[in-house]
Amino acid sequence: MANGNGSGNGNGQGGRERVAAALEKVDEKVRGSQAWTAIFRPGSIYRRGYTDSPRNRSYVIMNNVLYHLHPVKVKRHAVKVSYTLCLGGLSFFLFILLTVTGIFLMFFYRPTEAAAWSDIKTLETAVTFGSLVRNMHRWAAHLMVLSVFLHMCRVFYHGAYKAPREFNWVIGVVLLLLTLLLSFTGYLLPWDQLALWAVTVGTNMMGYTPVFGSSVKYVLLGSNEISGDTLLRWYVLHVLLLPFVIVIFMAVHFWRVRKDGGITGPL
Amino acid sequence: MAEVPEHLLQRSRERRKALGLPVPGEEEGEAPAAADAGGGDAGAPPPPPTGGGGDAGPPTDGADGAGGGDEGGGGDTGGIPAHLLERSKRRRAALAGEAAPAAAAGGGSGTATAVAAPPAPTATGPAGHTQRLLTVVKSGSIQQTRAEAQDKVHVWPHLLVIEFASILILLAAVTIFSALVRAPLLSLSDFNKTPNPSKAPWYFLGLQELLTMFHPMVAGVTIPGVGLGLLALAPFIDKNPSHKPKDRKFAIAVFTMFIMLWAVLVIIGSFFRGAGFNFVFPWNDGIFFEL
Repeated sequence: MANGNGSGNGNGQGGRERVAAALEKVDEKVRGSQAWTAIFRPGSIYRRGYTDSPRNRSYVIMNNVLYHLHPVKVKRHAVKVSYTLCLGGLSFFLFILLTVTGIFLMFFYRPTEAAAWSDIKTLETAVTFGSLVRNMHRWAAHLMVLSVFLHMCRVFYHGAYKAPREFNWVIGVVLLLLTLLLSFTGYLLPWDQLALWAVTVGTNMMGYTPVFGSSVKYVLLGSNEISGDTLLRWYVLHVLLLPFVIVIFMAVHFWRVRKDGGITGPL
Repeated sequence: MAEVPEHLLQRSRERRKALGLPVPGEEEGEAPAAADAGGGDAGAPPPPPTGGGGDAGPPTDGADGAGGGDEGGGGDTGGIPAHLLERSKRRRAALAGEAAPAAAAGGGSGTATAVAAPPAPTATGPAGHTQRLLTVVKSGSIQQTRAEAQDKVHVWPHLLVIEFASILILLAAVTIFSALVRAPLLSLSDFNKTPNPSKAPWYFLGLQELLTMFHPMVAGVTIPGVGLGLLALAPFIDKNPSHKPKDRKFAIAVFTMFIMLWAVLVIIGSFFRGAGFNFVFPWNDGIFFEL
C-alpha cells in the first residue's frame, strides 16, 4: 500500500508512516462509529481488538451466535479428534452443505412429470457449476447417511447413551430415521429409471404395513402408484417438511448435549 | 476481610447519633479504618465485659464493631430467647472468672451466636439488652462443598480450530470427488420398462435382501420396526451404568453383531445380487449397483 501511494524512493519511508497513521485514524473512526457499536455487542473482540487472554477467549464464543452453540470451555479429552472423530459435527456440516447446494438446485428444478428429468439434464449441461453442485448434493447426501450412522456407532461404543443422556440417544435415532427419509425422498426427484424403480421397490414394502397398508401407501404416493403426484409430494417433503422437522430435532439434540454435561468420557 | 457495606455504616452512624455517641466517620474521618480494625478483631475473643469506661473501649456498636458480619450488632433490643441470654450471662461470668482471654471463646458451643460483648452500655434497649440475635446457625447445617476441579480447555481456540480444519478437509474432499465423479442420471423414467434388477437405495438394500427370505410384511415392516424400536430403547434396556468397555462386553457384542448383520446384508444386496435379484459374484458377472 505504501508503494502504491508513495511518489518515489526518497519519501517511501515517510509515506509509509503517513499511510499507517491514516489507517489508524480510519480504524478509530470506524470502531467508534455508532453503526459499529450497534452491530458488535459490548465485549465483542471486534470492538476492542483481540489479544490472547482467557477473557478474550471466552468473549469469542459468547459474542458470536454460531459459536454460541458451544460452551466457553469443554473437557480436555472432548477436543481430541480420536475420541469423537468429528462425526456428529461433520454430519451437521454435511446438512448445511446439503441445504446450500439444495437451494441452488431448486432454482433449476420443477417437480413435474414433464419437466423434472429434462431440468436435471439442462442443469448438468447448460448451467454454470450445475453439474458440480448436483454431484456435491448427491455425494454429500450419501456421506451424511454414512456419517450419521457412524456417529451412532461411536456413541454406542462410548456408552454415551447412558444416564443422563438416554433421551438424547432417542432423539439421535429419530435423526437417523429423518436422515434416511430425507435421502429417500430426494432419490425420486431426478425422475430417471434409477429413481423410479428404487422408490418403487422401497414403497412396495410400506404397502405391507398391517391394517393401514394401502392407506399408508396412498398417503405417501399421493396416488395408487408412483406418478407426478408422488413427485410433487416427495419434493415438498424433501425441501420443506423434513428439513423443518430435522432442524427442530437437531436443535434439541445439540441443546441436550450441553444440558447433559457435554460429551461423555473419558472412558 | 470483607468491607463493611455502605448502608450498614450509614445505619450505624445514624444510630450513634440517635444515642448521642460520637460518630467516628464524621469526627475523626477514619471510618473505614475503624471498621477494618473492628473487623480484624472478629475472630479474637471478645473483651472482658468488665471494662466499664463508657465508650473508651474498642468499637462496640453496630457495623463498626462487628465488621465480620457474624456478630450481631445493634444498640437496642431484639427478642433474644431467654435461654440464650442465660447462657451468655454464664459465659461472661466464666470468662471474668478466668480473667484471661480464652482462645476458644465464642466457638466452643457449636453455635455461631458470637455475642459482641459491650462494655457496660450507657444506653440499652427496652429490656436492657445490648445486642440483637440475628440468626442461630446449627453446626451441622454448614457444609463445605468444594467443586471438583475439572480439566477443561477453552473452546476457542482448541475446539474451533479442529472443527474448522475438519470442515475444510471434508469440503475439499466432497468438492474434488464431485468434480471427478458424476452423479448417475439414467434415462427418463419409464413405467413400462422395469430394469433388471431393480434395487432400492443402498441403505435399504438390507431390507430388500430380507425380502428374499421373509414375507414382505415381516421384511419390510416388522423387522425394521422392531429393530428401530430396540435401537431407540437401548438406553432403557441396557441398565449397566458403566462406560468402560471391559464392563460392557455383552452390550458391545450384541450391538456389533447387529451392525455387522446389517452391513453384511447391505453388502450382499449391493454387490452380490444380479439379474432377477439372484446371487452372483461381482468378479464373475459384474456389479449391478448404482448410487
